[in-house]
Amino acid sequence: MTALIELPLWAAWLVVALALCGGLLALTGSIGLVVLKRFYERVHAPTLGATLGMSLIVLASMVFWSLSEGRFALRDLLIGVFLTVTTPVTLILLARAAAYRDRIEGDAQVPPE
Amino acid sequence: MTPSTVLFWGLGVAQALLLLAMLLAAWRMIRGPRAQDRILGLDTLYLNAMLLILVQGMRSGVGLYFEAALIIGMLGFTATVALAKFLMRGEVIE
Repeated sequence: MTALIELPLWAAWLVVALALCGGLLALTGSIGLVVLKRFYERVHAPTLGATLGMSLIVLASMVFWSLSEGRFALRDLLIGVFLTVTTPVTLILLARAAAYRDRIEGDAQVPPE
Repeated sequence: MTPSTVLFWGLGVAQALLLLAMLLAAWRMIRGPRAQDRILGLDTLYLNAMLLILVQGMRSGVGLYFEAALIIGMLGFTATVALAKFLMRGEVIE
């Protein structure tokens, strides 16, 4: 069984290398999510996959579709731009909610407001 | 090695890595220990699922997977923001 669309060999290796690097970065972020001890350390880990890992896989997808369709296929850039804008917003909101909850419970390690 | 073999196996390995990342995020979502950890696990889970679908689109050569990935990205953002707001205030729409 093989992939459906034919590309030149160098392009196939380029796409595979980009996708593998992106997958490894996402995996590293998830390992950090499991291994790190406190929530405020853990909240940093998935951003590795959400920024660089996501950009590499989106880049692989753009290279793949541009070469297989024979024109610039920039629609994958939509996902890249959207996630770049939204990831900091979600994580800041989540970290602030967590800090608020910890302050209510009187956790001494959280700095006062 | 033909280009399609390289694509099939290489992207398959990338999908396996993303699947493993999803499993680790799901473990964090199930184990907790607190609500914010679960939401963080869910956020990572949907992001990795979106990347998995993008890679599947390249692997199968079907362009429709892009729309699925875009929708997952947008709805996941809304879900995480709503859940973070719920943790802060106890209700989503005030």
